[in-house]
Amino acid sequence: MKLEIKDLHVSIDGKSILKGISLVVNPGEVHALMGPNGSGKSTLSYVLAGHPKYKVEKGDILVDGKSILAMSPAERAKLGLFLAFQHPIEVQGVGLSKFLFTLAKLKNGKLSIIDFKKQLAANLSLLGVDKSFVDREVNVGFSGGEKKRAEVLQLLTVKPQLAVLDEMDSGLDVDSLQVLSKAIGSLRGPDFSALVITHYQRLLNYLKPDFVHVLVDGKIIASGNAELALDVEKKGYQRVIA
Amino acid sequence: MSLTILNNDYERKYGFKDPENYVFKTQKGLSEDTVRQISKVKNEPEWMLNLRLKALKIFFSKPMPQWGGDLSNIDFEKYTYYLSPTEKTAHNWEDVPADIKKTFDRLGIPEAEQKFLGGVGAQYESQTVYHKLREDLAKQGVIFTDTDTAIKEHPELVQKYFATIVPAGDNKFAALNTAVWSGGSFIYIPPGVKVSVPLQAYFRINAKNVGQFERTLIIADKGAEVHYIEGCTAPVYSTDSLHAAVVEVIALEGAKIRYTTIQNWSSNVYNLVTKRAIAYKDATVEWVDGNLGSKLTMKYPCVILKGENSKADILSVAYAGKSQHQDAGGKVIHLASNTNSRIISKSVSKDGGRTSYRGLVRVAKGAKNVASSVKCDALLLDKQSRSDTYPTMKIEEQATIAHEATVGRIGDEQLFYLMSRGLSESEALALIVLGFIAEFTKELPMEYAVELNKLIQLEMEGSVG
Repeated sequence: MKLEIKDLHVSIDGKSILKGISLVVNPGEVHALMGPNGSGKSTLSYVLAGHPKYKVEKGDILVDGKSILAMSPAERAKLGLFLAFQHPIEVQGVGLSKFLFTLAKLKNGKLSIIDFKKQLAANLSLLGVDKSFVDREVNVGFSGGEKKRAEVLQLLTVKPQLAVLDEMDSGLDVDSLQVLSKAIGSLRGPDFSALVITHYQRLLNYLKPDFVHVLVDGKIIASGNAELALDVEKKGYQRVIA
Repeated sequence: MSLTILNNDYERKYGFKDPENYVFKTQKGLSEDTVRQISKVKNEPEWMLNLRLKALKIFFSKPMPQWGGDLSNIDFEKYTYYLSPTEKTAHNWEDVPADIKKTFDRLGIPEAEQKFLGGVGAQYESQTVYHKLREDLAKQGVIFTDTDTAIKEHPELVQKYFATIVPAGDNKFAALNTAVWSGGSFIYIPPGVKVSVPLQAYFRINAKNVGQFERTLIIADKGAEVHYIEGCTAPVYSTDSLHAAVVEVIALEGAKIRYTTIQNWSSNVYNLVTKRAIAYKDATVEWVDGNLGSKLTMKYPCVILKGENSKADILSVAYAGKSQHQDAGGKVIHLASNTNSRIISKSVSKDGGRTSYRGLVRVAKGAKNVASSVKCDALLLDKQSRSDTYPTMKIEEQATIAHEATVGRIGDEQLFYLMSRGLSESEALALIVLGFIAEFTKELPMEYAVELNKLIQLEMEGSVG
């Protein structure tokens, strides 16, 4: 899947957030998007997934050459786009394993419950999570780290073509971060690309990006390779801008 | 919009109607003469006629309730109170008139009977047209028949318990039922007998402007156990029908009774039902009460905890769509020490529908070490819909009482989260609603849980643009 973001301007409640972003993510590539609080990182992730609250004022988002702006979130998911939420939402009364099966069935209607259970067991062991985890209700009463695990578990179940990871690393300890990054890394290949949104460089130690972009005040002010992330970490955003 | 879709499907699945062929029916309207006719055609003993006539007087003397739902459009003169499609109750489906059998076939009753039920009763208008109990259960002394037959075959049991838990004077509609009742289930489980498969009754209204007034009486003797299930549907008419049942449940020492209802009346039915149980020492009564259909439901299943260590569990779910009002809840009266109760109520309102929780917990003076918890959760699917809570607590003794109520709306963020995973908006809504009522659904036999889930999914379709 090839993602092209072209001169994207986005506002919410009349307030301009993204002010002309252009970015191309080719199949197989991992891009990191770094930036300070309020720079518009999460907005970009929501806009890509099709959140109705955000208004695209100008520009376009193309997947394999076709605009997805008119598509619903569900249609975008069916194209192969997946957003791992920074703050996943609780769904009371819905068991996580049943939810994962629903998602897996959306992707592959013929999937049998037996095959699903096999995959689920493999994914759980990849994440180092006990089986009982999926007996719980989706995100209900989950700790910050558990929510992130549940997001990655969904990601592994759906196997999207393009994953947008919105601050995967917030609220995670170093060990968890390593496990989750490794699990996501296992998807890397010519049919998987990712846009990794993060404050900090440490996630990128485990999930090596091909490209790094720095977003400040709704604009990409610098792009480069993995070195740029280290640079940002060392000098801070302000000095990179300067 | 969703109502049209629902009604289209309701029409197809449940809303079909048969031609009106009846062997006997009373004139429209209600009088002493109507009551005498009903009693005569049933060839009843004197005591029952007298009870009916006394109840009729009470009915006329009681004013219409001014609380709960809007009853002002009920015109008692326009209903037919007794309508009998057959001469007698059949004990195999071949003897049920073809039209009526076809109706129950379409509703899946004979199929369910074969698959997982221990006994089935099928009531059509005023008459129980079919009744059958599995032979092995009959051999253990289990009685499952219609209440009319029970009066003839088990007069001592009926006379001992009938109208003892819900007397005619309890409320206007209980009085009406006592005056004109017909059909309903009678169940007696002998001491120590545990019936492991559910017994089911299905209530069907077919004609226009009729009243259905079944009378159900369940007695579980010492240490006995039973699970009874009832379902109900009717065709969609532009005029109203009235369903006013009375259910009396008696759990003797150490007995356990679960009573499950899935009410799915068409949206022209007034559903005004009095359900009450009494639990003796160490007994447990569980009401599992699902209210999906009807124009107005007023129903508050009650358990009187009369014996020490008895337990009550009331689990209800109400769904109100356009022009529907579900006024439902639960009542528990703790008369004895060491008694325990739990009420869980879940309601969902949509398209301007209205749900109300109305409940009572009473702990009588002298009842020590009582614990009760009440939890009512409402979910509103749009701004036009409404939900109210009217809990009453009368605590006359030291007791552990917990009460919790929540009202929630489906949030945009929750919908977006699910939709970003590939679910359509209606699929996402259905998932949220089903999750919300999961505590209820998991208590249903699997077949009913599946059916309920399908109904909810259907309700959510077309609800969103």
